[in-house]
Amino acid sequence: MSRLILQTATRFMMPLLLLFSIFLLMRGHNLPGGGFIGGLIGASAFALYALAYDVPTAQRILRIDGHVLLAAGLIVALVVTCAPLAWDLPMLTHRYSWIELPLVGIGDLALGTPLLFDLGVYLVVLGASLTIIFSLVEE
Amino acid sequence: MDIGVALLSGFLATALAPFVFSVMRGAAGWGLAVVPAAIFAYFCTYLGSLPAEGVSVAFPWAADFGLRLSFRLDGLSLLFTLLISGMGAIVIVYAGGYLAGDERLGRLYALLLAFMASMLGVVLSDNLIAIFVFWELTSITSYLLIGFDHERPAARAAALQALIITGGGGLALLAGFVLLAQVGIAAGLSLTEAQEVSAWVSAGVSAGESPLYGAILVLVLLGAFTKSAQFPFHFWLPGAMEAPTPVSAYLHSATMVKAGVYLLARLTPLLGDTPAWQWSLMGAGTTTMLVGAMLAIQARDLKIILAHSTVSALGLLVLLLGLGSEIAAAAAMAFILAHALYKGALFLIAGAVDHGAGTRDVDKLSGLWRAMPITAIAAAAAALAMAAVPPFFGFIAKEIFYGVALEGPAATFIISSAVAASAIFVVVALMVGLGPFWGKYSQAASHAHEVSWNVWVGPVALASVGLMLGLVPWFVDEPLLSPATQAVLGRPEPTALHLALWHGWNLPLALSLATLAGGIALYCLRRPFAAALAPLSAKGPANIYDYSLAGFLKFADLLTHTVQSGYLRYYLMTVFAAFIGLIGFTAFIREQTFPSLSDIDIQVHEAGIYVLIPLACWATIRAPSRLAAIVALGVVGYSVALIFVFFGAPDLAMTQFLVETLTVVLFVFVFYRLPTQQRISSFPARVRDAAIAVTVGCIVTGLVLFTTETSRNRELTEYYVAHSVPEAHGRNIVNVILVDFRALDTLGEITVLVLAAVGVYSLIKLRPPEDFSK
Repeated sequence: MSRLILQTATRFMMPLLLLFSIFLLMRGHNLPGGGFIGGLIGASAFALYALAYDVPTAQRILRIDGHVLLAAGLIVALVVTCAPLAWDLPMLTHRYSWIELPLVGIGDLALGTPLLFDLGVYLVVLGASLTIIFSLVEE
Repeated sequence: MDIGVALLSGFLATALAPFVFSVMRGAAGWGLAVVPAAIFAYFCTYLGSLPAEGVSVAFPWAADFGLRLSFRLDGLSLLFTLLISGMGAIVIVYAGGYLAGDERLGRLYALLLAFMASMLGVVLSDNLIAIFVFWELTSITSYLLIGFDHERPAARAAALQALIITGGGGLALLAGFVLLAQVGIAAGLSLTEAQEVSAWVSAGVSAGESPLYGAILVLVLLGAFTKSAQFPFHFWLPGAMEAPTPVSAYLHSATMVKAGVYLLARLTPLLGDTPAWQWSLMGAGTTTMLVGAMLAIQARDLKIILAHSTVSALGLLVLLLGLGSEIAAAAAMAFILAHALYKGALFLIAGAVDHGAGTRDVDKLSGLWRAMPITAIAAAAAALAMAAVPPFFGFIAKEIFYGVALEGPAATFIISSAVAASAIFVVVALMVGLGPFWGKYSQAASHAHEVSWNVWVGPVALASVGLMLGLVPWFVDEPLLSPATQAVLGRPEPTALHLALWHGWNLPLALSLATLAGGIALYCLRRPFAAALAPLSAKGPANIYDYSLAGFLKFADLLTHTVQSGYLRYYLMTVFAAFIGLIGFTAFIREQTFPSLSDIDIQVHEAGIYVLIPLACWATIRAPSRLAAIVALGVVGYSVALIFVFFGAPDLAMTQFLVETLTVVLFVFVFYRLPTQQRISSFPARVRDAAIAVTVGCIVTGLVLFTTETSRNRELTEYYVAHSVPEAHGRNIVNVILVDFRALDTLGEITVLVLAAVGVYSLIKLRPPEDFSK
């Protein structure tokens, strides 16, 4: 079955969707968005790719296995959770740098550990969705 | 370095072992043996210089429960730490030669080191709960080591058997410890002190008078007897011979099986000195000693013979602790050392014979000495020690044992059992240590070869130490065995035991000679003798285990088939019916009325959605094809997301949109694989399903209306609004709650997400090969 229109459209959509997912991740602290939603958008980008082409091709574009993303995300979140213990602070004490980036559509982005924690959530959601979708589809 | 570091280094080495193996390959055994060797050397520095009150170190643990992670090195711990670390170094080197070229060696090293560290934890912990934790760790590592060859069903079954029996005993032990701490508190100890053995000893408190004593005794003995393979739990130990030989030598002769004996010795000051203690230990010990000896003489496999004789030796140790006098404790300590030396060596030799000659059947082995001269000499030395021939250390231990048995209660019975068991030890020594190597040149000997030197160095070292300690017993007398004896009795002042080969012409010496003569005679008659014993040795307690396990599995199977239909529709129905029963019924009883719909004002654009949703639901139910149903269901989902938008929850709406999209995509993906849609349920079944669905819908609607009617406490919302920007630098409260205020919940949720994904992945992708279950 030829899927020329879908395939061509996907090629243009893919970078936009991925950028959008990162955009959502970064603006989450101030405006609607965040790691969970960003991760889902990212997953749907790859799912779209798998729909237009096939799972191995989508997997190749992703380069990293879904379950590696899962593990990486959980590790990032755990490190952010436990790191304060090293300074004798309670778990999950967040820290912020002095930098506040005034970004369009994102607001004043305070760089700090919450963003890192959200990145962990993002990776877990992306990895979990793709692991489930890809293994179900490949079967 | 202190004892905490010594303990920790074992666990650290465990984590590094697979990497060390992949880098050093063949030399990894030597590299990793440095860790136990260093621990051994460290504990050797305490020989002769151990303070009477021991060396303690404690770390904070759970202070609210009075728990301190406290470790203490006293004479008894010192004896065991030296055995565990010394034997550990030998076994790791040996494993490198025994499994040379095997890719699984990295795992074996890691498990052996993990076991070593856990076992050190058992003998160094002063806190009862810590003893329990390390105790269970040894059970788990033992499980993994027995099942090392996990593709063989026999190895898996033996591993499970050992785990169920020792793990079950461990749970009894925990209950016993909890009761013991209660008794300690009642006797005036603080919460922390009541859980630490040394505090009991220094306060001179004993549990003997407490009304809980009976229960504590039974529970603690269950733990100790299962671990140390006492009758009727003795059968797991021969089963554990499924493990690779280095493991059998280490866990199932020299160290782990003595954990039960260690525990009894450790708790003697707390629980001992009552008739109940004395008679249960003496009874179990004597029975085990005789049963083990009887089974040993009937076995043909070198390792099984040794396993049964180990059971017998463990019975002997329990008997000695039951006798309870100072000299009995000394005899127990001396025998622990002697037994670890010769039995460890004999196990390693059994592995070497298996390796060199290709069989472990005693009937097929003889005349190996020409092919395996070094192993033969080590075997002879270990066998002579086991047969208690002077000048080996085994002889000294046996002499003290006879001396004790002659003075204790029920002397005639005990001494005759002791002589009988010891005579069979002589037979076992001849069967395992001498029989295979000497005598006529056999078929097995013709193609046998000497083992590599990292395999023979261990047995040679152990056998030499056994000989040396016989010649210079004062070397371990005051520095090691005497403090150990005093620790068992809970007395601070060590006194020399005066170990010597020669005690003059006395009754123990005569009995020793009689034992030797009897043993040699029995060796010549062993076949008819074993045949005569055969009817007595039916499987017994092992059968009870087998039947209970089979019955339990059958029950689980029945229950599973009753509860688990395997159809998603029935699971959903159960969940919803339970929802109706629990929530619906409660709401009906409490409220009696349905919340009113009158004071809700609906905008025009909202009304469109409210009409659309039921229509899409109806379309889903009536859809002629799956694709139509999926699309209609998608409409429902998107409409719900729109409602979220109307009511100012953009985050929720976005998530709902995305989840809905991905669900539809997923459906479309698997859509082609599903069988064509058919009507599978009958009309009454559909009426039933409709009733459940409508009821659930009504209850949920009612609950939502009810929630909005109730006045909410806004304190929390106001707190979040007030603190979101100044403290969390974020204006989106939903997200700030997720990653900051309640980030621990999020961490829990993503962990669940990871588990779910791993579950789906392993269910779909990692299917076992077809014949796996057989």
